[in-house]
Order: sequence, then C-alpha cells, then structure tokens
Amino acid sequence: MASNTPTLLVEDLKTYFYTKAGVAKAVDGVSFSVAKGEVLGLVGESGSGKTVTGFSIIGLVDPPGKVAGGRILFNGEDITGASEERMRRLRGSRIAMIFQDPMMTLNPVLRIDTQMIEAVQAHDKVDRKTAFERSRDALGQVGIPSPEERLKAYPHQFSGGMRQRVAIAIALLHKPDLIIADEPTTALDVTIQGQILYEVQKLCRERGMSLIWITHDLAVVAGLADAICVMYAGRIVETGAIAQVIDQPLHPYTHGLIGSVPSHNRRGQPLAQIPGMAPSLLNMPQGCAFHPRCPRADAKCLEIPGVTTPRQPDHRVRCFHPHAGAAA
Amino acid sequence: MTAMIELESVSKRFMKRLDVAEKLFNLMGGDVREQTVHAVDKVSLAIAEGEVVGLVGESGCGKSTLGRVIAGIHPSSDGTVRFKGHDIEKMSHAEAKEWALQVQMIFQDPMSSLNPRLRVRDIIGEAPAFHGLVKSNELDDYVDDMMLRVGLDPSFRRRFPHQFSGGQRQRIGIARALAVKPAFLVCDEAIAALDVSIQAQVINLFMRLRAELGLTYLFISHDLGVVEHLSERVVIMYLGRVVEIAGTEELFARPNHPYTVALLGEVPRIDRRGQTFVPIKGEIPSPINPPSGCHFHPRCPHAMERCRVEQPMLREIAPGRYSACHLNDQS
Repeated sequence: MASNTPTLLVEDLKTYFYTKAGVAKAVDGVSFSVAKGEVLGLVGESGSGKTVTGFSIIGLVDPPGKVAGGRILFNGEDITGASEERMRRLRGSRIAMIFQDPMMTLNPVLRIDTQMIEAVQAHDKVDRKTAFERSRDALGQVGIPSPEERLKAYPHQFSGGMRQRVAIAIALLHKPDLIIADEPTTALDVTIQGQILYEVQKLCRERGMSLIWITHDLAVVAGLADAICVMYAGRIVETGAIAQVIDQPLHPYTHGLIGSVPSHNRRGQPLAQIPGMAPSLLNMPQGCAFHPRCPRADAKCLEIPGVTTPRQPDHRVRCFHPHAGAAA
Repeated sequence: MTAMIELESVSKRFMKRLDVAEKLFNLMGGDVREQTVHAVDKVSLAIAEGEVVGLVGESGCGKSTLGRVIAGIHPSSDGTVRFKGHDIEKMSHAEAKEWALQVQMIFQDPMSSLNPRLRVRDIIGEAPAFHGLVKSNELDDYVDDMMLRVGLDPSFRRRFPHQFSGGQRQRIGIARALAVKPAFLVCDEAIAALDVSIQAQVINLFMRLRAELGLTYLFISHDLGVVEHLSERVVIMYLGRVVEIAGTEELFARPNHPYTVALLGEVPRIDRRGQTFVPIKGEIPSPINPPSGCHFHPRCPHAMERCRVEQPMLREIAPGRYSACHLNDQS
C-alpha cells in the first residue's frame, strides 16, 4: 500500500431513502478524502445528510435506505459493495464509530468489562485475561480513574461524560485507522466536552488515527479539525482547510452560518441570520438547494452548480456566485 | 429603578422520601435516611426592570430550578422572593394572579411544552381568554397579532404543533408566553435545541421583542456565546450556589472565580484555531452529597486548606461585581 493512499476516499456517494412519499436523497453526490492522521469536520444542520454519510461509510444504512451510487475506498479497498462478513471484520477493528448518546451504544444490563472483553474477542483470538488487560488500558487512556474497579460497574453507574469515554475506549480497543464520531459531545456539558476533546485530540496526534467529526457546532470544529466539509441538503457545498473555510468562506451558506455564531458578532447587535429554513428532502428546490434562502441567488441558480475552485485549488465550493472577499 | 424580581437567600430542596421497603428495613433496625438534594442553596439576586440577565452553569447546578422558583412553578423552601417589592408569600389573591401573569416561562423543548392535541390558535389564545384579557369576539385578531409579532403566518392558526418545524414551534411557545402581556420572561435553554441558523433567528426575535415591549429577561443557558451576546449581566452557578455575578464585558474580560476562569477556557470558539484543549479536572459532584466548604475545591487548581472547611460567601469585590472565593481575601 502506497503511503500516500488516503485512509478514506469517498467519491460521488449517493444514499437514497425509498419511502412511500418518494425518494429522499439524503446524500446526493458527496466526495471527500481523509488522510492518515487528519481530522475532518463534517458540518451541517439537522437533515443535511451528515449522519447518513457516516452511516454509509460504516455500512449501517438500513432499508428503506440504500447506497445508490458512488465509491467508498478505505485504505485503497473498495468497500461499497463489500460482503456483510467483510464489513463485520472492518467494523470495530479498522473503522469505529462513536454515537451521540452513549446510553444507546452501551448495553444497560451488562457490566462494562463484559462488553469490552466481548469487543476485544470479537476480532482477536486472545484469552480473557489479555482481553481484560487491554480493556483496562483502553479505559485508562481515555482518562477514567481507577479503571480496574470501574470495569466492574454497569453503564448507569457512570455519568454522561464517563459513559462517552467508555464508548470512546471501546472504539479504540483495536486501534482503528478511522473513527467516525457523530456529535459525540453535543449532549455533554462544556467542561466535560473540553475533557473529551482533549482526549480525542491527544489520541489523533499520538496514534496517527484519522477522525471524522460530525457536528453542527462550527466552534468545536474550528478548534479541532484540520479540514472541513460543509453540508447542506445532502450535498457538500464547501470544503477546504479550516483556515480557508472559516476565515474566507466562499459559499453564501457557510458565510451565513459563521455570521450567525454569537461570539462572532458584536454584543447586543442583531445576528446576521439566514432567512427561512432547510428544505424537506422530499421536496427539494430546483437547482441549488440553498437558492430560496440565498441573498445572492438569481435565475442561474435554478441549475445545479458544479464544483469550482475560485481562490485556492484545495478550497472547493458549489456555487455560481461565491463570495470574493473575507468573512464579515 | 425598582427591582423586577428580588431573591433573598432563596433555597430549594428536594427530598427523596423513604418508600415502604426502606421504612420496613428501618423498623427492623436498618439505617436508611431520607436524601435531600440542595438544588438551590441560599441564592440572593435582584433583577432590575428592563434588564437582561444570563444565568450560566452546567447540568445539575440548579439553574433551571432557580428559574422555576422565579417563575412561580416551584415554591421555594426557604428565603423570600419579592416581585416588584411585594413578598410573594404575603400577596393578596389579586396580586398573586398579577404576578403569575407577569412572569412567563419559555422552555427548552417546544415539543414537550406544547399540548400536541391543541391547535395553535387554542395554545396561544387559551390563557388570555381565560384571564379575560381579550373579549371573545376579538380573540382571533389577538391571536393573529401575537403570531405576526413572533414571525409566524397567521394562516397557520388552525394547525397542530407537529405540523411545524422546531424553530416555528419555539415561536409558538414564545407567542403563548407573550399572549398574557408579561413583563418578565424566564427563558430556560430556549434555543439549545435549535439548529445554528434557526438559533440566530430566535435570538434576534428575543432582542426585537425586548425593544418593542420593554421586557425583562432571565436567560438560562449553558451556552456562553449566546449569553455573552444577549445579556447585560451574567450570573454563574455551581452546585446550587452563585459563585460570581458581573457585567457581561467585565466577566468575559476578567473572570474572577476559578470556576468561571475554567468555564471560559473550555468554550470552543470559532476564532480559536488548532486549539489545544486543556480540561478541568474531575466531574461535577453530586448535589446529594456536595463537597464541604467551597463546592468547587476538589476541581480547583488554587484550592487551599481553608476551602475544604469554610464556605466562601458571595461578596462585592468591585462595584457591581460579586464573587464567592477565598482567594479574594488574600490580596
């Protein structure tokens, strides 16, 4: 395997949900790549398709949803049409996922040690003692004090932040190449979120692990990620390095999102708001999905804009009228 | 300026009563005690008319309980609450009714605070009709007025809550609160459940309403960015106690209490790039069994022997600035 193969390469991914009311194009032609050790922030509002993108990569899209097109290359291997057996070998060992609500990922009636040892033995033929030791070390790594005792506890005996750490520890058990984290700190308090971000950042830097951080919170991504993809209604509307996208956004939607973050505004002044709301996936506007809310829209926007790079080659945008200047 | 709401060492305790099994166990010589949660512990606070105060704290710090005591949803266990100078426990019936209407609350989750089986018209119109604020033949116009005021299309008045998006539902909740012509709104995490672009719309709505109607706000939130943007004064709570009160700019520029310092340091900000996160140690302790002395001492980087024994009082350290920390006695 060549060293410059990205950990993950997604090309023109399409995930559609075939419902009675019509076809909902939750993900509609998404392409991005994550290099080794890179942290990618996938930002969007509810319904923008960011979570479905994560689920498509790890192969967890349930009917009526289906990956309808595109390719997903993981370490150079096409896993789009991979067998369920192959996906099961990858999931948990090479690709791991962390969900928003740790209470849903942990089995409430099993002790933490049972769950962790099971996860170790699912992929590696090791005895119980080795598995136990690895679980203990993983808990220690994510900053849980006295891991040996805590392993004997049940999930409900942990606080929310501790539970999320356990979920992260389980994701780390097999030292995966890629972790997909779906809003893992949204339900947590600010100080606990800080602790989790600290642990995750440390692990990426030390291990060269790649990370996709799915969130709606631009502020978290700005501090953590190297690159960012902004999603709107199933498409990536802008992507580039953090500094490019946050400091000099090209797409009017990104512009609006950044403008509506309170700390970016003068106190007491009205926030720059984006009018209207995100469209329903079943009833998408013609052409650029953002045009009904866009201040720059004109007749041209009734066609779907292609990807262009008006400023720098790795700063891509899908818009006919990108912003030229710096952010407001 | 008269104070809209004045709290004087208000406490709110919740008791977990013993169930039958535990009582039996005690009869047989066991030792199970009733557990008390000190959700709000001797909080004194005054909010002036027309002021916007932000109340910040982590989950379990008692900020919502305090908001509910102020809105009259929970009675306080101890202390005095005065509304426009009148002690609420000594109010006449008419005064108490006036208080109940003047202070309204807006909740975090608009789906669980709106009756799913009522039409929007009834959700907004029920309270003003019941309290005789509008004549029944003018009610429809009144409801239309309220809907326009919060940016909803009045032609939606026969719809049910589930037919609206999250941001619109929150607007219904705001319209319902405004319908009884309140002077004071307690907003409990009112925008936490909304998407970023919708959050900005609702924040702008709150600010416009304040300018139009001269409202007083208590803005309860864990989102410091929102509080910084909206409020004039910020109150920081930790485990049931107020640890710091200061003007917004003062607080964000020069936080005094170690907890405030830590809290501000944790906030991810959009203008902070490639940040190295440095966490506060430890977890929020349980309010059933809070640490002795200063509640923050087990997590505090400056904790000394005195902090373990003696509870620091909230004292004025500069005009209009209050902080509860022993460190202020040293310098």
